[in-house]
Amino acid sequence: MTGTGSGTGIATAVLAANPHAHGFLSPTGVEIAFLLVGIVTLGAAVVSVTTRQLVHAALWLVVALGGLAVEYLLLTAEFIAWVQVLIYVGSVVVLLLFGLMLTKAPIGRSPDADSGNRWAALAVAAAAAASLVWVVVDAFRATWIDLDGAPQGTTEVTGEILFRHWVLPFEALSVLLLAALVGAIVLSRRKNEEH
Amino acid sequence: MSSDTLDVVLRLLGVFVVFLVLPLAIGQTEHKVMAHMQGRLGPMYAGGFHGWAQLVADGVKFAQKEDIVPAGADRRVFQLAPAVALLPYLLVLVAIPVGPGNAVGQFVDAGIFFVLAVMGVGVLGSLMAGWASANKFSLLGGLRTAAQLLAYELPMVLTAASVAMAAGTVSLPGIVDAFHWWWVPWQIVGGIVFFTAGLAELQRPPFDMPVADSEIIFGAYTEYTGLRFAMFLLSEYAGIVVLCGLTTVLFLGGWHGPFGADGLGWLWTLLKTAVLAFVVIWLRVTYPRLREDQLQKLAWTVLIPLALAQIALTGVVKVVTQ
Repeated sequence: MTGTGSGTGIATAVLAANPHAHGFLSPTGVEIAFLLVGIVTLGAAVVSVTTRQLVHAALWLVVALGGLAVEYLLLTAEFIAWVQVLIYVGSVVVLLLFGLMLTKAPIGRSPDADSGNRWAALAVAAAAAASLVWVVVDAFRATWIDLDGAPQGTTEVTGEILFRHWVLPFEALSVLLLAALVGAIVLSRRKNEEH
Repeated sequence: MSSDTLDVVLRLLGVFVVFLVLPLAIGQTEHKVMAHMQGRLGPMYAGGFHGWAQLVADGVKFAQKEDIVPAGADRRVFQLAPAVALLPYLLVLVAIPVGPGNAVGQFVDAGIFFVLAVMGVGVLGSLMAGWASANKFSLLGGLRTAAQLLAYELPMVLTAASVAMAAGTVSLPGIVDAFHWWWVPWQIVGGIVFFTAGLAELQRPPFDMPVADSEIIFGAYTEYTGLRFAMFLLSEYAGIVVLCGLTTVLFLGGWHGPFGADGLGWLWTLLKTAVLAFVVIWLRVTYPRLREDQLQKLAWTVLIPLALAQIALTGVVKVVTQ
């Protein structure tokens, strides 16, 4: 599921970059680097959902998430890039690996690492990717980031936009996360009582 | 343009030299300090004067050993793991400022987040080693490493956020620039929490249960030999340099000192880092190893509440003084 999510994110990133690269006949070095990193990220994401080796899938996910961080960097969103590494590579993947080690993931291929839901998953992933691509392309059709001007993704700019312009959605999200946290505690407590 | 390139190359070269020299210096200090605290002399022969070349000799020894990959291991992951463990510390060193002005490998805008994020990546190396070794002791070591990471990551980020709030910036040179002497008592709780959580990240005693030799041999590194094993050891000592340097920069004012702050600022940074490294060694000799559940309890019931209290205190003082 995580692999699908990152895969769609990457597809979006690559497609969003394409009009820019094609808009000018001579793409800049940053644009070429963006496309190359995007291809690597997409490849890593595809491998991570298709490989039969469980831990390899988690490690390819590191490559995919790290590639996304590099894409953020190339778009001058430095703060977002480091937070991406801190949360996803540093915590989420470690949690995944912890779970895999607890279940003693075998070295080599897992014969049962395949699911009958493969085609349904593919359909969901394609639909999610299509809707994300459509939303992003529709929203940012003609908006290009000026990479040569003042950086627009510094911590200061990000913080100001987040806490002045988008403070209500931000607070709503934090309440949502708090609700999820409380829900997790409730679920884990109920299990304890049954035992 | 070419002078810019030369400047960057020189800076990176300087960081690389520091990366190679300081961990060895700390390792040698550990040999000698531990020995004297235990009423021994430590290495005395290598190099002549008080065994100063002991770690050089160790390095030569490691380089001569056979590089073995266990038959049942996942070859590529097993061989890649030491590099994943070591390289993040090299990257972090690039962003730590040693002196005022421009004395930093590379200025990073969101410096605090950069160092914390990249340091967290190093743990992946231990996890990869623990899983790929095809050894139950390695697997247990890897599990303990992961459990430990989940415990210490949050207090570290929270206390770093407290300093960033106090300074009003997330860049490391910016934080040291904003430093005043009264920050030390103001942020002392956060500093202690940060340092303790950092010790847990480095798997240093008293938090060395992932490599507890009397229980699980050497944890994730059990199957490693030769240079790959040396890389894991080097990453531990490079980690000490990074942790002490970061604590110095965030909580002890970096290059600020009672005198000589203009030309000799970098000496203050080095001195404070060295004192903290001595404390790290001292703790190893002094305290017995905690159990894994004791670390979890310490992290969730002591470190995190203290870190939150520090953030509250920082916020209150910040609002009152403005």
